[in-house]
Amino acid sequence: MHPFSYVKVSDIAGALAAGRRGGRYIAGGTMLVDLMRETVERPSTLVDISALPLRDVTVTARGGLRIGALVRMAEAAAHPKVRATYPVISQALELGASPQLRNMATIGGNIMQRTRCAYFRDVTAACNKRDPGSGCAALGGFNRTHAILGASDQCVATHPSDVAVAFAALEAIVRLVGPDGRRGVAFADFLLPPGSTPEREQAVRPGELITAVEIPALPRPLRSGYLKVSDRRSYEFALTSAAVALHVRGGVIREAKVAAGGVGTVPWKLPAVERRLIGERPSEALWAEAARLAAEGARPLAHNKFKIELLKRAVERQLRIVGGTA
Amino acid sequence: MSSELPDSRVPPEAEPASRLSRRTFIAVATATAAVGGGVVVVRNLVPGPSPLGTTPAETPPSGRVSLTVNGKRHTAEIDNRTSLLDLLREQLGLTGTKKGCDAGACGACTVLVDGRRVNACLALAVRLEGAEVTTIEGLAPGEDDDLHPLQQAFIEQDAFQCGYCTPGQIMSGVGCIREGHTGSREEIREWMSGNICRCGCYVQVVRAVEQAAGGK
Ligand SMILES: Cc1cc2nc3c(=O)[nH]c(=O)nc-3n(C[C@H](O)[C@H](O)[C@H](O)COP(=O)(O)OP(=O)(O)OC[C@H]3O[C@@H](n4cnc5c(N)ncnc54)[C@H](O)[C@@H]3O)c2cc1C
Ligand code: SF4
Ligand code: FES
Ligand code: FES
Repeated sequence: MHPFSYVKVSDIAGALAAGRRGGRYIAGGTMLVDLMRETVERPSTLVDISALPLRDVTVTARGGLRIGALVRMAEAAAHPKVRATYPVISQALELGASPQLRNMATIGGNIMQRTRCAYFRDVTAACNKRDPGSGCAALGGFNRTHAILGASDQCVATHPSDVAVAFAALEAIVRLVGPDGRRGVAFADFLLPPGSTPEREQAVRPGELITAVEIPALPRPLRSGYLKVSDRRSYEFALTSAAVALHVRGGVIREAKVAAGGVGTVPWKLPAVERRLIGERPSEALWAEAARLAAEGARPLAHNKFKIELLKRAVERQLRIVGGTA
Repeated sequence: MSSELPDSRVPPEAEPASRLSRRTFIAVATATAAVGGGVVVVRNLVPGPSPLGTTPAETPPSGRVSLTVNGKRHTAEIDNRTSLLDLLREQLGLTGTKKGCDAGACGACTVLVDGRRVNACLALAVRLEGAEVTTIEGLAPGEDDDLHPLQQAFIEQDAFQCGYCTPGQIMSGVGCIREGHTGSREEIREWMSGNICRCGCYVQVVRAVEQAAGGK
């Protein structure tokens, strides 16, 4: 680990002042300390934001939910409002990492987490994300866990977060504050596919601070849930996952929000699946037909062809779990 | 693909999170200090005009931290890079807490910080000013041979072979019981999954946690 200086700030203006001078924010530290130890990350100053007043979960004026950036994964998952209104968020959180890590890690840090591609973490390997222009060891290497959707010839790494898949499905908004003031970024625009700049992973400007993730209100009743498929039942990243939210009224699906994880370079929203569902009556045949559209455009690598079928089956199963059969 | 949205494309924020106008400042201190105003604690031993200078000095930035471990107050001079795990083992001589992966992936280093189970390998000691830490050494109630009920249960259920993961398992089990995730063996399994056992004592670990939780 490289040496660094440390400052703890107690309000947002103090954080922004420190961020403007090149300080790196640290929240739970579960990603940053790990990557610093591997010397993948080498910040010269850590700005400890854990005392900032960003720890509330509130219902917004429009009836949505606002989760402060510093709410810990464990707290967000257990929060009665989150559990009652968006089970998909609670489930995605509780199926991620471990109880110990969830006691430390924050919502803001979670959506800022970097890929778990083994070559990215290995500073002796070629990796365009860590060292732009150096190549991509995963392309011709061991790429079983890598992306089948959204990749470029520069990088094929998946985004590792579970809760980000739920946020993508629900079309969350990331609230930020920076030197130029406050703004909101739609989740679809927040995490960036690699393209020709795999080192840029989030639409966060230098020195900007995430203040909250806001979930827009959705029509009720809303049923939702998260399915995670991984090599180990728990404490393991997703090979494939599916976040589903459905609003069914009068026996007809009026609203459908679906996204997949573990398969894309970013959480993968599935608009074709959503469109196929809306206006239809829940049935076994519908789940199967809609899920067939989940892998549209998929391009497998040498070792991850199985993810295409796995993705379709995961989406079908989760549609059935959430939607039931009429 | 556009990387961001003008605010017009997303609804504006309902209520501001905090007051940007509030006057704040960054102070520099060489020791632990509770400073009024904008900054709670600042540690920075880098000489020079900018407290947030981007080039660290040759001597690693370091500082001092005061925290309570197993009821006893400690003040230690530490390099900022020191993890809680290394502080406990290398500086305070508390080697009961184990280092497995040093990356958050095994749970061997589990301790309680302010009552919650965490991975000590990923906790920077410099951030723990004022924290209350409980390690395996601090679990038993008295000086004599008394054991914590979960320690006793680990013995009775034969919940270890080599014992390397055991302090972490027990501290995690204490957290699991406090959190109330002991409703069934299935629930215990899931909520103890942050602790890897190379010897494969999982079945016995679950039984021990169940026993201590009063489930049987
Ligand atoms: C062994 C292991 C297993 C894991 N398994 C899973 C899993 O299955 N599913 C899953 O989803 N995650 C998993 N994780 C990842 C974990 O969830 C993340 O490490 C965690 O959420 C990061 O949050 P943090 O608060 O600790 O972030 P930090 O490490 O403090 O910060 C992470 C990054 O975010 C930036 N940052 C933090 N907060 C802000 C903010 N408010 N504004 C701007 N920037 C900010 C930091 O500068 C840094 O770049 C796992 C991690 C480990 C170590
Ligand atoms: S897939 Fe991306 S993160 Fe992994 S080695 Fe290639 S460039 Fe690096
Ligand atoms: S040593 Fe901390 S989790 Fe493995
Ligand atoms: S008893 Fe040997 S690792 Fe668990």
